[in-house]
Amino acid sequence: METQREKALIQVRALFDTESLSVLSTQKSGQPYASLVAFAGTPDLGQIIFLTPSTTRKYDNLTACPRVAMLINNSRNTAGDIYDAISVTATGTAVTAQGHEKESLLPIYLKRHPHLKEFAASPTTALVCVAVDTYIMVSRFQNVIEIRMRP
Amino acid sequence: MKPFLRLEEIKEKPPDLVGGKAFSLSRLHQNDIRVPKTFCIPCHVYDAYLAETRIRQRLLFEMNRKAFDKMRWEEIWDVSLRIRNLFLTTPLPQGIREPLAQEITTHCNGFPVAIRSSAPGEDDAKTSFAGVHESYLNIRGTDTILKHVKLVWASLYSDAALLYRKELGLDIHMSSMAVIIQELIASERSGVFFGVDPSDSNQSVVESVYGLNQGLVDGDIDPDRWMLDRLSGRIISHSEPERNRMATPDSQGVSIQSLPESFSLKPPLNEKQIRQVWETGKKAEALFERPQDMEWTFTRTGLVVLQSRPVTSSGFKDRDDKRAWYLSLHRSYENLNALHLKIENVLIPKMIFQAEEMGQSPCKEMTTRQLVQTIKTRQEIYDDWVRIYWADFIPFAHGIRLFGQIYNDTVKPEDPYEFMQLLERTNLKSIERNRILEKLADMARQDPGLKKSLKSGQEPGPNHDFMALLEDFVRKFGDLVCQTGNASECHHGNTAVIRLVLELAQRPPRLPLQKPATAMDALRENYLAGFPPKKQTFAKGVLHLARASYRLRDDDNIHLGRIEARLFEAVREGQDRLTDPAQSPRDLALLTSLPALSQTPEGDLVPEKKEPPGDVSPLWIKTRQILGHPAGPGIAKGPARIILTQGDLLYFKHGEILVCQGVDPNMTFVVPLAAAVVEERGGMLIHGAIIAREYGLPCVTGASQITQRIRTGDLLTVDGYLGIVTCDTGSPDP
Repeated sequence: METQREKALIQVRALFDTESLSVLSTQKSGQPYASLVAFAGTPDLGQIIFLTPSTTRKYDNLTACPRVAMLINNSRNTAGDIYDAISVTATGTAVTAQGHEKESLLPIYLKRHPHLKEFAASPTTALVCVAVDTYIMVSRFQNVIEIRMRP
Repeated sequence: MKPFLRLEEIKEKPPDLVGGKAFSLSRLHQNDIRVPKTFCIPCHVYDAYLAETRIRQRLLFEMNRKAFDKMRWEEIWDVSLRIRNLFLTTPLPQGIREPLAQEITTHCNGFPVAIRSSAPGEDDAKTSFAGVHESYLNIRGTDTILKHVKLVWASLYSDAALLYRKELGLDIHMSSMAVIIQELIASERSGVFFGVDPSDSNQSVVESVYGLNQGLVDGDIDPDRWMLDRLSGRIISHSEPERNRMATPDSQGVSIQSLPESFSLKPPLNEKQIRQVWETGKKAEALFERPQDMEWTFTRTGLVVLQSRPVTSSGFKDRDDKRAWYLSLHRSYENLNALHLKIENVLIPKMIFQAEEMGQSPCKEMTTRQLVQTIKTRQEIYDDWVRIYWADFIPFAHGIRLFGQIYNDTVKPEDPYEFMQLLERTNLKSIERNRILEKLADMARQDPGLKKSLKSGQEPGPNHDFMALLEDFVRKFGDLVCQTGNASECHHGNTAVIRLVLELAQRPPRLPLQKPATAMDALRENYLAGFPPKKQTFAKGVLHLARASYRLRDDDNIHLGRIEARLFEAVREGQDRLTDPAQSPRDLALLTSLPALSQTPEGDLVPEKKEPPGDVSPLWIKTRQILGHPAGPGIAKGPARIILTQGDLLYFKHGEILVCQGVDPNMTFVVPLAAAVVEERGGMLIHGAIIAREYGLPCVTGASQITQRIRTGDLLTVDGYLGIVTCDTGSPDP
């Protein structure tokens, strides 16, 4: 029988399978910043990965402060969203994947977003990997659970 | 498309635009069966109202705040009440109102009308859910008619409709409702006809009462009943009730009156009239190609059919389905008044008498044979009272709901629960109990010597004021943890009360909230001002009934708790004797022959904790926030105290948040210590919500599985305005 944690992670995985975009929150010098990224989750949900040009404000921010939050949500801009939609916030630490890590993560990312293959190949594109500490899942308007992903 | 159709115009419209009832009436009329002057407000007017007012979004919110399959009936009733109030307080947009008002003024001026639902599919041929949607009789005046049109629309989401939402195919996006406005025929005799008796397919049934049909349909007035041969119409049998009441039109609405003596001696129909009903029913059956369930009335000039639908199996009759029982809790004012008299004058005094009588026979002084007999007798007495509790006390709680509906219809408040304010301060037994506890605590507070000796387990002498009051308390309310728990928790004696008193003495006294009488008076005046002089007695009567219902809803549990405590006391004595080596084998055999004593007693002083084990894994899952229903305004923060057994109450500390599956009035002695109350059980009228409001504590009800999701000691914030419980899980970042 599935534990409550396993059930919750199945919901998170299902959300990651249907949604392509995530709001990424970064900050620098006390100024928060939000941007939209095309993301993918690793099979164990321990990491979230996305691509970004290294010249962007978000990349600059997360280089300065690697603590980030990401929001993935399946609302459809209808009245039913308030009870139907699920939102997951992931908190964690971002690093730029390189070497073997990049080699193993990039196929996962491109499987989810094959149309970004050329974008990924650019030397100015960074593959960012967020090691997730906690998922915070909101369902049915105000029910919230927290799932710890790292000891 | 026209917003108001005459009978002749209905026939041109498909049933899904005008509903089954309007369509049937139109066909009867076309085929020369007499029906009253009838108009129809088609479904598209309802759809336009929802679209223009954006009520649909609010309906979606109300209907999806919590999954229906996780709701108790009371919570479903609450949802229905809120939706009903939403319709009542949302005016018709001018573009919809003006043409409708004009038509109603033109066509329904000067005579009273009946306003009936006509939902598409409501009375389809497979299953009938008659009575799910509302009808209103004897409504006069354009504004009042329009208000009742909205109430009929709202009944698309009545508690019955929500309970049977799957069977009815209720869908906010797809479901719709047409409304019939029909001239009211205030005749002297009415009734129903079943083309086929559901229990004998060779028979038809005619039921008839004097006056309007409402008394018969609501089950308040027993009808004369004739069983007829289905093919020939020959009368097979006639059963006569005691005829003493009839439903008659009032200034607005319907009331039950005494039947004139000249009527009470003879049946409402003669043989010729019965024949006429049968012939009309057969004609309708030929027309619709199915036996009909037909409501009719007799005027001076003949029979008029009010509505007709196919006889079907009722959707309410599944034996394993509790929904029909829930709906049977809906009681009329007359029925509730009779129930009130019975409970207040007969049942409660009898309960008090029996509890006191049992208390006069100390179990310790009985022989084992006498004790065994006592346990048997007390078990029977207790079981009888539990049956009465379900048969009479639970239905009487509907008095609160009836008042809530009447209050909201009259006052149209923004807050659908405003009426609850008029029910408070009704001298609940549990509040009286808590006042005595506060008094005991005050004695300990004022007398450090007494407090010290109580803390060290020393009780003062029997002549001490504290002991006299304590004795009086135990006599009136028994051992606090001995009620609604189990016998193994029944051995604390005064210890439990003293422990509680000492905890109460740790903090300043807390008494029930004293709301200014002027605020209640103003609400009361405003409510009564909504009734014409002729209806004042009724308005006051409903309020009186609701206050009694509110009080007894709590008190009856206290009285039942006392009976149960006497049973537990005897069982506990039996358990003690089972472990007494001096008992003879014969006595032991006698004792173990009782089901209550056939298992090994659980004699632990501290009941076993059944809380969920904490998630000690570093990869944990925690509940941060649970959404329930706001049931007591306010916000409070404090450590949780999960109550899983009656014994857990003993450990309750001042400032903790009471978290439980359901609060019984026999548990609410800890409420004056609590910072807030959170219940898994939902509903505005549950005991936890009632007592929390009396003390002005924040309260959230319907917090699903909260006793499994959090642990004693977790720091909670209870938002009683929004119905949100938040658990402090620390920062999400390490």
